[in-house]
Amino acid sequence: MAEKKFNALPGFGLTMGFTIFYLSAIALIPIAGLFLKTLEISLTDFWRLATTDRALAAYELTFGASLVAALANALFGTVLAWVLVRYEFPGKRFIDALVDFPFALPTAVAGLTLANLFADNGWLGQWLVPLGIKGAFTPLGVIIALTFVGMPFAVRTLQPVLENLEREVEEAAATLGASRVRTFFSIIAPTLLPTIITGFALAFARAVGEYGSIVFISGNQPFKTEIAPYLIVMRLDEYDYTGAVALAVVLMVISFAMLYVINWLETWSSRFQN
Amino acid sequence: MSIELKNVTKKFGEVTAVNDVSFSVNEGELMALLGPSGGGKTTVLRMIAGLEMPTTGDVFIRGQRVNDLSVQERNIGFVFQNYALFKNMNAFKNIAFGLKIKKWKRPDVEARVMELLKLFDLEGLEKRYPHQLSGGQRQRVAIARALAPKPGVLLLDEPFGAVDAKIRQELREWLVTLHHELNVTTIFVTHDQEEAMEVSNRTVIFSRGNLEQIGTPREVYEQPANEFVARFIGVMIVLELHVSKGVARLNELEFPSHGLPDGERLRIGFRPYSVQISSDVKAYRYRAILRHTYFLGVMLRVELELPSGLLIRARMTKEEYAFQGLADGKDVSFQIRQYRVLAREGEKLAPEVAVTHDVPLTLGEGI
Ligand SMILES: Nc1ncnc2c1ncn2[C@@H]1O[C@H](COP(=O)(O)OP(=O)(O)OP(=O)(O)O)[C@@H](O)[C@H]1O
Ligand SMILES: [Mg+2]
Repeated sequence: MAEKKFNALPGFGLTMGFTIFYLSAIALIPIAGLFLKTLEISLTDFWRLATTDRALAAYELTFGASLVAALANALFGTVLAWVLVRYEFPGKRFIDALVDFPFALPTAVAGLTLANLFADNGWLGQWLVPLGIKGAFTPLGVIIALTFVGMPFAVRTLQPVLENLEREVEEAAATLGASRVRTFFSIIAPTLLPTIITGFALAFARAVGEYGSIVFISGNQPFKTEIAPYLIVMRLDEYDYTGAVALAVVLMVISFAMLYVINWLETWSSRFQN
Repeated sequence: MSIELKNVTKKFGEVTAVNDVSFSVNEGELMALLGPSGGGKTTVLRMIAGLEMPTTGDVFIRGQRVNDLSVQERNIGFVFQNYALFKNMNAFKNIAFGLKIKKWKRPDVEARVMELLKLFDLEGLEKRYPHQLSGGQRQRVAIARALAPKPGVLLLDEPFGAVDAKIRQELREWLVTLHHELNVTTIFVTHDQEEAMEVSNRTVIFSRGNLEQIGTPREVYEQPANEFVARFIGVMIVLELHVSKGVARLNELEFPSHGLPDGERLRIGFRPYSVQISSDVKAYRYRAILRHTYFLGVMLRVELELPSGLLIRARMTKEEYAFQGLADGKDVSFQIRQYRVLAREGEKLAPEVAVTHDVPLTLGEGI
């Protein structure tokens, strides 16, 4: 028996009941539906459909590019949030507003814009392509698009936590003789780590599910720049419903496993908090 | 001389937080910085620590001018009002932090932290993170952390501001004992005059960036340098009198004019226990009704209502009250035994005027 703890706010039963109902309606029922659908085929058929070479390449690109994009966002999003919170400079409010831009922009528009920018004769492409940096129709393009859509998650989760960091903590470290670099790595970074991981997880989840912006910039070449969600759409176009479901189930299981790991990381890194 | 400030001024833009302040703290002294909110106490402390640069003036620590020395180089222990503990480190690591920065050897770090944990009554709590400690325990960890690298000077900003009254009292006594044992030069900020009087060897009183007075608790209480200090330290009842026909009056209360011409105003102040009360209505000069008695512990506060309706709040001991057979509603007589003429702000106060016991004050008599 779990110990019954006194809680200042009543209504645990009610809110928990609602939570379960809500999650069932929104998430559990569709997920269960998906799994039920796979029961229509045998396990060997399922395995064959889910692990074609083309599917494996698509998984690799989806999860690999999402991971790289989320890492980039965790790193640069932290720098961006730091600059926005800690320094005053002209145009700060404008830049701050710009951070939300990827949230508001329809992903198809983002994809089109990025594809144009990085095309061989695009604004950026005409300078970058001669240097060997090809953005359009390459895995790099996929990473760029995923970084773009995930960026606000990393910045916006970190900003409030940075704002609430007590100045005195850094000053206390200084009176004890710690340099600024030492203070950052010994005290600030460990304090921020759980939040950075949260931002990373959100950006990663967003990237795995991303579709609209990718299809324009990647070119969707099988084995090269085809992401898993696109492959599912392809299967549906071919009326290969079971094939699509098999891919979807694999995507879902991997996503869930990765989020679970990230969640564990988050708990571990915040072990000093209540 | 452990710490010395010479003509230190600090401006934040238009605001003058500290205005031409000079004082010094002796080696091993426990000094209080006292004053109302916004007086500039924290700013003075931060300038000594190097967290803030003086706009003009010099700060010396042990005879060395430290204006150009960084915070890190000043070897100062600073305790912040909100503790500012490192949340990602347990109590042990918090206390050990300064030692690691100074590259102490591991066994030495361990020995020093253990010694402090013992001294600060924190044994067994070393593995706890700050959020798992009580307010008083956090406070002690913060002081232990500041003291660990053996700083030359310990600075505490309102160290007992955030704990409840009982713990506050305990911590006060504990700070005195600690200071006795370690004998490190200590400055602590407070806006509680009682705390300053109880804990410190000497007190510096600030108001609005100005140093009003510096002295032992007894000096500032008995010989306040000006009206601000007189009113800030302890309770002072202030009366505004009008001089007419060579006498300064407020309703039926009469005082010598102290040389002021008719039509001028005279401000006087007295401590509530300078009011002497008797149940014998002929004993003293003024008559009043005892309206209300408030029990404050050892002392009582009584409210006297004069025939004109003027209210005077006095203090007396329980014994005196019982001895006089006083009670609410009783007719009494009283006199004001001692008072002082209050100068305008910034001016020096005249010494206290004593009214001789039992002899009714005759008007115009020079005292
Ligand atoms: N960084 C700052 N920028 C601008 N003004 C400041 C700054 N720090 C302090 N001040 C001003 O300087 C004055 C003195 O502030 P200070 O914090 O030293 O007062 P204090 O005596 O410590 O008050 P309290 O008891 O409320 O802590 C105040 O008027 C305050 O507003
Ligand atoms: Mg202050």
